Amino acid sequence: MKIVIIDYGAGNIQSVQFAIERLGYTAILSSDPNEIITADKVIFPGVGQAESALKKLQEQELDVLIPTLKQPVLGICLGMQLLCASTEEGNVKGLGVFDLAVKRFDQHLKVPQIGWNQIQDLKSSLFTGVATDSFVYLVHSYFVPQSEHTICSSNYGGLYSTGIQRDNFYGVQFHPEKSSSVGAKILANFLAL
Amino acid sequence: MLTKRIIPCLDIKNGRTVKGVNFVDLRDAGDPVELAAIYAQTGADELVFLDISATEERRKTLANLVKNVARQVDIPFTVGGGISSVADVAILLHNGADKVSVNSSAVKHPDLICELSKNFGNQCITVAIDAKFINNEWVVHLVGGKVPTEYKLFDWAKEAQERGAGEILFTSMDNDGTKDGFANQALAKLSETLHIPIIASGGAGTMEHFKDAFVLGKADAALAASVFHFKEIAIPELKDYLYRHGIDMRR
Repeated sequence: MKIVIIDYGAGNIQSVQFAIERLGYTAILSSDPNEIITADKVIFPGVGQAESALKKLQEQELDVLIPTLKQPVLGICLGMQLLCASTEEGNVKGLGVFDLAVKRFDQHLKVPQIGWNQIQDLKSSLFTGVATDSFVYLVHSYFVPQSEHTICSSNYGGLYSTGIQRDNFYGVQFHPEKSSSVGAKILANFLAL
Repeated sequence: MLTKRIIPCLDIKNGRTVKGVNFVDLRDAGDPVELAAIYAQTGADELVFLDISATEERRKTLANLVKNVARQVDIPFTVGGGISSVADVAILLHNGADKVSVNSSAVKHPDLICELSKNFGNQCITVAIDAKFINNEWVVHLVGGKVPTEYKLFDWAKEAQERGAGEILFTSMDNDGTKDGFANQALAKLSETLHIPIIASGGAGTMEHFKDAFVLGKADAALAASVFHFKEIAIPELKDYLYRHGIDMRR
């Protein structure tokens, strides 16, 4: 199986690569369109600031390529948010795979949310063998509201989407690569799709 | 529910874990990668690696150690010590660190916080503050607590937040190494006046001290070193204890 982690200069993508290695697979880090198109599984990571990440994607025309992919694609954290139509972070447009608007957490909450929170209403084969209320690691200031695309939710000042899916596109707000055995299971499930 | 975090801190010197009493008289407590993996397996929520010799010795990065930790450990970790530029942070994050903490360099050049936050997002920038209670004021100190500054804790923490810190790691120099508990009053004031998470550090000796840091100190996370390294407190028991006392814990 050919696994490509999109390397566009955003965030600690090596952690994702190491997590996949712990599962017994190898993953390639690449921004080469041919590598990405021919992959069996594509992981679209992202840590950092939406506007600068988007600029890096645009420089390599990955913003055009990613929405056209046909194989399973997993957006992680900012990667998930960039798959949406827009984000309040810098008020920029996303890649538009999901017709969703990313919002900032309410002012009265501690932002960023940093730490372990629970996932509920698990609705995808991504969560096969994962118990409801399992803990995952999150670190973010912006969130994806609930919608028909929601495949799992968490509560931070109200319920919001920590997982979304449309066709072959999956997004998780949490970091499976840093979420201990629960995260490893979810990554393994993605690779088994 | 977002849970409170328990964070073992691994102080690193020359690639080994050490823990000082009030930052002097270092004792060797093992291999950091092995220790990190054990902590991850026993329920630590996060890890902090601090190169305590870094600021004095101008040592730059712990890139290799970071990579080895990231390869073996599946929980998040923060790296600090001697970080003074965007390039330093880029290397650490690229090698697998989730967050970095800046201390002295941020006090000397507060713009560093803005630059880091702009480049990497505030969620991965922890500002560590060492402070000592002198003449009724919390005075910020540099270089592992040796050099006093003109900054006061609450002003500096607020400024750090405004400049783009995603989290504050507050170490009370008065409590550190005493095992008499955390500086809960100062912690509560930080937690109430700031809108970013606060990590309590310095003074952990008993399980009750952790409870107090969360209940009285309103901290979002509590960090300790020697009580964990020398097995005085086991993390699973600590988390069970805190859970029984009504504190949300990942177990």
